[in-house]
Amino acid sequence: MPKTTFPARFEFLDEIRDLVAQVARENSFTEKAIYSLQLAADEAASNIIEHAYEGISNATLDITCDMQGDTMVITMRDTGKPFDPSKVKQPNIKADLSDRQIGGLGVYLMRKLMDEVRYESNSKTGNLLTMIKRRG
Amino acid sequence: MEITTQEFKHCDLFKVKGRVDSATAPDFSKALEKANNDGRFKLAVDMSELEYMSSAGFRALLATQRNCKRYNRGELVLVSVPVRIREALELAGFTELFKTFDDPLEAVGSF
Repeated sequence: MPKTTFPARFEFLDEIRDLVAQVARENSFTEKAIYSLQLAADEAASNIIEHAYEGISNATLDITCDMQGDTMVITMRDTGKPFDPSKVKQPNIKADLSDRQIGGLGVYLMRKLMDEVRYESNSKTGNLLTMIKRRG
Repeated sequence: MEITTQEFKHCDLFKVKGRVDSATAPDFSKALEKANNDGRFKLAVDMSELEYMSSAGFRALLATQRNCKRYNRGELVLVSVPVRIREALELAGFTELFKTFDDPLEAVGSF
């Protein structure tokens, strides 16, 4: 699939989830896996919009979503501030209500929902997030 | 996303439909905060027609639950949580933070 460019705005999350769901459905992922892929893509794109671009209004986000054998590979490329999900502190999901962290949950879900999450930052080409999920 | 509120004597019942993500979570938050600002802390959220919720929605639920439970003045409970959303809440470790009910009237009656 060629890359699709989206405005880096929350209003386009719907379309990003639809793109991922369509490829997953065409490739016979289960409904549970399709929801997981949509949620992971949403969390990743939301983080880029919120943290990499910090609200820059005319920024864009390039997304590809392809099958490699029985594995779905989603990539997201942005030119914002480097934001490495692996550096985000893992939330304590067993903590009491009062100690629960509000942040870090999106990255935690991405890691749980996908088989692999990779991040590269390059000063020339920008930031590249790669997420992989096997059809199982 | 669409959210409607029904006020009962002992609690407020919210029905949230459609999708709650980073774009729509602020409106979801606002509706819950408004109840709290009006001094209402016993809240039930009916999710039977909710298709999707990302962590942005989970954060709104968490913030509201904290506010409701402060001084033991109330609680936020969830009703008819669709299976996919329940799985995501479980993954986030959220299911133990919220009582859940299968039926809105059962939730309303619990207060």
